Amino acid sequence: MSKLKAAYQTLLNKWHIVIAHRFFWPIFLIAGLLFSIAASTFDILDLYLQLILIYVGINIILTVSLNLINGYMGEFSIGHAGFMAIGAYIASLLTVNIFPQTANIFLFPTAILAGGIAAALIGLLVAIPSFKTRGDYLAIVTLAFCMIVKSVLENIDVVGGPRGLLGMEKLTTLPWVFFWTVLSLWVIRNLVYSKFGRGVLSIREDEIASDLMGVNTRQVKVIAFVVSSFFAGIAGGLFAHTLQYINPRMFDIIKSTDILIMVYLGGIASIAGSILGAFIYTILLEILRPLGVWRMVFMPLMLVLLMIYRPRGIMGLRESSLFVPVRDLLAAKFRRQKKKEAGDASA
Amino acid sequence: MVYFFQQALNALQLGSIYALIALGYTMVYGILTMINFAHGDLFMIGAFFCFLIAFYLKLSFVPTLLLSMVGVAFLGVVIERLAYKPLRNAPRVSAIITALGVGLFLENFTLALNPYPQHIPALIADQTWTIGNVSISSLQIIIIVLSLFLMLVLDFIVQRTKAGMAMRAISWDKSIVPLMGVPINKIISLTFAIGTGLGGAAGMMYGLAYPVIDPYMGIMIGWKAFISAVVGGIGNIRGAMIGGFILGSVEIMVAAFLPSTYRDFVAFTLLLILLIFRPYGILGKPNPQKV
Repeated sequence: MSKLKAAYQTLLNKWHIVIAHRFFWPIFLIAGLLFSIAASTFDILDLYLQLILIYVGINIILTVSLNLINGYMGEFSIGHAGFMAIGAYIASLLTVNIFPQTANIFLFPTAILAGGIAAALIGLLVAIPSFKTRGDYLAIVTLAFCMIVKSVLENIDVVGGPRGLLGMEKLTTLPWVFFWTVLSLWVIRNLVYSKFGRGVLSIREDEIASDLMGVNTRQVKVIAFVVSSFFAGIAGGLFAHTLQYINPRMFDIIKSTDILIMVYLGGIASIAGSILGAFIYTILLEILRPLGVWRMVFMPLMLVLLMIYRPRGIMGLRESSLFVPVRDLLAAKFRRQKKKEAGDASA
Repeated sequence: MVYFFQQALNALQLGSIYALIALGYTMVYGILTMINFAHGDLFMIGAFFCFLIAFYLKLSFVPTLLLSMVGVAFLGVVIERLAYKPLRNAPRVSAIITALGVGLFLENFTLALNPYPQHIPALIADQTWTIGNVSISSLQIIIIVLSLFLMLVLDFIVQRTKAGMAMRAISWDKSIVPLMGVPINKIISLTFAIGTGLGGAAGMMYGLAYPVIDPYMGIMIGWKAFISAVVGGIGNIRGAMIGGFILGSVEIMVAAFLPSTYRDFVAFTLLLILLIFRPYGILGKPNPQKV
C-alpha cells in the first residue's frame, strides 16, 4: 500500500513534466478517434448519447471560434449565427442539389469545407467595418449582419425561403465531429500562441498602442474574423447535416445569444474555458429537460448568478496548462523562480 | 398620394413606439454606458401587465396605462438593484451578458406562466375619421399624441429639473459627480424607472395597436428600438426620438412599396450604410480616443 502511495507521490511530483511533454495528447487523440469510430459503427453508445456528443462538438467549434473575437481580441460580435447560417446553407445546397447522391458520403468533407470558405469570405466583408468602429457600434454592425443574412435567406426561393431547406442525409457522424472539433481547437490554439496571436491580444489591451508598436492591426483583425467565421461555417454545415432540416429562423439572434452564453460561461480568452462552457451548457440543458419550459427559466438565472459572482466566467483569462506551449510554461516557471530568488535576497 | 399619407400615419404610429423604447436604451446607456438588453423584454412585460390589468381588473385606459407603467418601472428598478448594481465595476461585457440573461429569464418566465399568445381587450372606443380620403382611427391619434406627450415630459425632466441635471452630470463624469453630493444610486434608479416606464407604456400601445402579444415579441422589437437608439446616436435622448421615427418610417415605407419580406433587409442595410457615413449616429458626438 505504501509502495502504491509512493508511486502516486512520484507521479504527482512529476506530473508537470508529463503535461509539459504532452504525452497525453497523441494518446487522447487516438483514443478519442477510435472511440468515436467505434461508438458510431458498433452499438456502444445509444443514438441519443451520440447526438448529444455531436451537439457538444458543434458547440465547442462555435464557442472557440467566437472566443477568438470576443475573448482574445476583445471585440463584441453578436452575429456569429449569421456565419453559421451561411455554412449550413452552402453545405446543404451542395449535398442536396449538386453532388451526386451516391458520392455524398465521400464528398461530405468538401461540402463542409465549402460552407466554411463561403462563411470566411463573408467574414472578410464584416471585418472591414471593424477597422473604424469598436465596441458597441461594432456589436450593432454584426447584429445587423446577422439579421440581413436571415432576411436574405427568407427571400431566396431556391433555398426554400422561410419554409427552410430539407433533404439532407444524416452525414454528420461522431468521427467527423471529433475531427472538425480537434481541427478547430488546434488551429485556434496555435494561432493564439503565435506571433499573430500576440497581435490579437495586444488589440484587446490597447489598439492604438499596439498600432504604434508595429502590429498591423488591420491585418490581424481580418485574419481573426476570417478564421472565426470559417469555423462558424463549418459548425453550421455539421449542424445542418445532423438535424437534416434548416430554416432561417434557426440562425437568428437567439442562436447568437446561445453561443455568447457558452463563451462567457466557460470564460473569455481560454481554450479550456471554451470546451468547458460548451460542454456544461449543452449537457445541462439536456439534464434539465424533464423540467420542461422551466429549464429555460433556470438557465438564464444561473448565468446571471455566475456573472455576478464570477464575472469572467469559469476559466476567464486563465488557461489549462494542457494548452499552453511548453516554452510559455517554462518561461512562467523561470519567472517564478527568479521572483523567489529576488525575495530571498531581499529577506 | 392618399396611400402615401395613410402609410405616413402608420409610420408615425410605429415610429413613436420605437422611439419610446429607444429612449429606455439610450437613457441607461447615457448614465451607465451599459446596453440594457433586457429592455425589449420589459417592453413585453409592459404589454402583459396591461393585459392582466385590463382583463382581470377591467380598468379603463388611463388607470391601466399608469398601473402598467408603474409596474414595469418597479420591475426595472428591482432588476437594476439585483442584477446590474453588483456589476457596476466589473468588465463591461459581463454586465451586457447579465442583461442578455435577464432578458432570457423574463421571456421564458412569461412563457412558462402563460404559453399562449394573448389579446388585449379594446380599451378605447374604436372610431375612425376620414380627412380627404385618409382615415385616422382614435387609437392612432392616442398613440401618437400620448407618446409625443411622454417624450416632451421626459425632455422637460432631463433638461429642466434638478434630477435631470444630476442625470446629465452623471453621464458626463461618474467619478467626480458623487463627490459633489449627488446621490448616484438614487439617480441611477430613477433613470431606470423612467426608461423602463416608457418601455412599459410602449408595450401597452403596441398591444393595443397590433392584435396579439406573446412572450417573445420583445426580442425583435427590442433589437429594432436599440438600432433606432444607435441611429440617433446612443446616449442622446433627442437622437433616440429621431432614430425611432426614422426606423419606423423606413420599415413602413418599404413594406408599403416593396414586398413586405424585404422590410428587415432594407432597414438593416440602411443602418449599415448610415453607420459607415456617420459612425456615431445622427446626433451622437464622435468620441475621439485619447492616448
